[in-house]
Amino acid sequence: MKGISRRALLRAGPVGMAAAMALAAGAQADDATVKIGYAVARTGPNATGAGITTIPNYELWVDTVNKAGGLAMPDGKRRMIEVVEYDNRSSNEDLVRAIERLVSQDKVDLILPPWGTGANLAIAPLMARFGYPQLAVTAVTDKAPDFAARWERSFWMLGGGHDYAAGLVDVLSQARDAGTINAKVAVVSVADGFGIDLISGARPAFEAAGFELAYDKSYPLGTSDFAAIMSEAQASGADSFVAFSYPPGSFGMTRTAQTMGYNPAVFYVSVGGAFPIYPGVADGREEGVMAIGGVDAGSPAIRDYFARHEAFAGKAPDSWASAVTYASLEMLEQAVARAGLEHGALAKELSEGTFETVVGEVKLEDNQLRDLWWVGQWQGGAFRAVGPSGREGASAPVIPKPDW
Amino acid sequence: MLTTTLILGLVLGGSYALLALGLTLQYGIARIMNLAYGEVALAAAFIAVALFQGLGIPPLVSLPGVAAAGYGAGWLLYQLMMRPLVARSGGGGRLETDSILATFGLLFLLQGVLLTAFGADFTSISYLDRGISILGVPVAANRLVAFGICVLAGGALVAALRFTRWGLSLRAVALAPGAAPLVGIDVNRVARQGFALGAALAATAGASISMYQTFSATGGVVFTMKALVIVIMGGVGNVPGALAAGFALGLIETFVATAIDPGLTLAATFALFLGVLLWRPQGLFGART
Repeated sequence: MKGISRRALLRAGPVGMAAAMALAAGAQADDATVKIGYAVARTGPNATGAGITTIPNYELWVDTVNKAGGLAMPDGKRRMIEVVEYDNRSSNEDLVRAIERLVSQDKVDLILPPWGTGANLAIAPLMARFGYPQLAVTAVTDKAPDFAARWERSFWMLGGGHDYAAGLVDVLSQARDAGTINAKVAVVSVADGFGIDLISGARPAFEAAGFELAYDKSYPLGTSDFAAIMSEAQASGADSFVAFSYPPGSFGMTRTAQTMGYNPAVFYVSVGGAFPIYPGVADGREEGVMAIGGVDAGSPAIRDYFARHEAFAGKAPDSWASAVTYASLEMLEQAVARAGLEHGALAKELSEGTFETVVGEVKLEDNQLRDLWWVGQWQGGAFRAVGPSGREGASAPVIPKPDW
Repeated sequence: MLTTTLILGLVLGGSYALLALGLTLQYGIARIMNLAYGEVALAAAFIAVALFQGLGIPPLVSLPGVAAAGYGAGWLLYQLMMRPLVARSGGGGRLETDSILATFGLLFLLQGVLLTAFGADFTSISYLDRGISILGVPVAANRLVAFGICVLAGGALVAALRFTRWGLSLRAVALAPGAAPLVGIDVNRVARQGFALGAALAATAGASISMYQTFSATGGVVFTMKALVIVIMGGVGNVPGALAAGFALGLIETFVATAIDPGLTLAATFALFLGVLLWRPQGLFGART
């Protein structure tokens, strides 16, 4: 005879499973773990950026810390990290709700920021209200000094549009003064947040440096065909082509320039140029292309970080914000080891301390990371930082760029 | 100058028109406004790229297979998901609302599947990237190929709809789904064929897009929007209309970008769209109802 009917078994199964899960959750939630929460875009338009720059670094860092025995505390003990993750579906409403939930229901010890300038600004007041430190890495804004003053536990680590524009103008001015390029520049920019920030910083900087904007047009977000724009830029007689673009545009313009045989002495694209897939997009002919960001590709710390990232995530990190994101997590780790998890003391340590990270020794100025790379260039298969030229680790820019 | 604009515009228009053909078929014949249309195209693009990178099969070779798979997927989708909605609506206008809601859900489902299967990264391949000079204007070979596919597929579709018996029954269902059974047409079968054919065209467009454009798993809605604008401009369910509207859009965008300002291309598109909606709400080539 049958002791237990199949139906009863089917009914009992989920109940037993739920009980087991509850038990497991109870076991995890004991005092020995540090709860770290984040709400990142797994779906929606921000998923691409978060999937490249933010999520792999969070996961790599948690994995690294836990394999080392956990987060070190000031008393010398180590506590394992327990992650609470939500999908913010690229919507700021969902993001704000998720942050509230992380604080009030999950009662996490620390919150890691989402990807994107808008998302970081959306949660800044909330984080300030709850008193959590916010290491806003993937937020590029010229208003960072104001924000850092307004929310004193917020940290801004990727500079502003004007910084990048000025950094580029600096590199080009040196090439022009050396006689390698003429004083004409063809600039195109995407008519959206970051593109507008960059071009509004670049126009006065180019003019102040004595450049003539021979072609200066914007294009709408979502443009997929750049043949018309590129042939106009080519006809402008400028030696330098500068695009303040998002990844799809950066890639599209690269390929259009290649097919039409447009070979300016300087070819600069913005977001996307430092992505590991860029050489693939350029069909292996990326040598000499300039873009936003850059890393000190020769430093052992960066090389080790790239190798670990590739082994863990199956792909190399991007050469702009990824390393800074990872550095922000290392800062957090070291600050916790010195000051513990109390938010006030932790924020004070982040603000005043000096940290050893993959991007070198980091010390924030007025809660901002200012020691950044503004311009990089593909040289010999790596995306190397070329500007600011005076900073240690900078490579010399190759101008003119070799033909495609 | 004018030749450059003309050639670049026609090539761009061809890729737009190809994208819109499938949507106009699905809406015109099966009366299903498929908001997940862009995701279907994206799925095909991802598959074409995976075949290219994994097995070395070039997109042009895999294209017929991808299109056939699109037909099969569309067929299944209609049978499993749309058929119950069609049966429930009883031929009334309710189907349009229901299908919009259902395919809106499908959009997120497909996006989620694409995200898990292919990741969130940008995807791009280099295939037929050489420039080919046409009357002195360099045009990317892959875009020319897409243009050729558009002309072929569009031409074949127009001819089939006009000159074959099968096309006649498709048009009959599009025009009068209530009366078509009276002359012995199996409306359900024809609608299913129309929907599946639309999915096959979406897959064809997706596979061609994979040759020349960077895309990511979350970008499907952009394709749907573009196709929707073209379909409405050309007249819903009107294949020659969609072709003409696609080409017109490409030409206007290129003309505005070169002669006026690239920043105004989107504005020009929607100004044209608004004009058509105001003065010819049935579309440029739609019949008055």
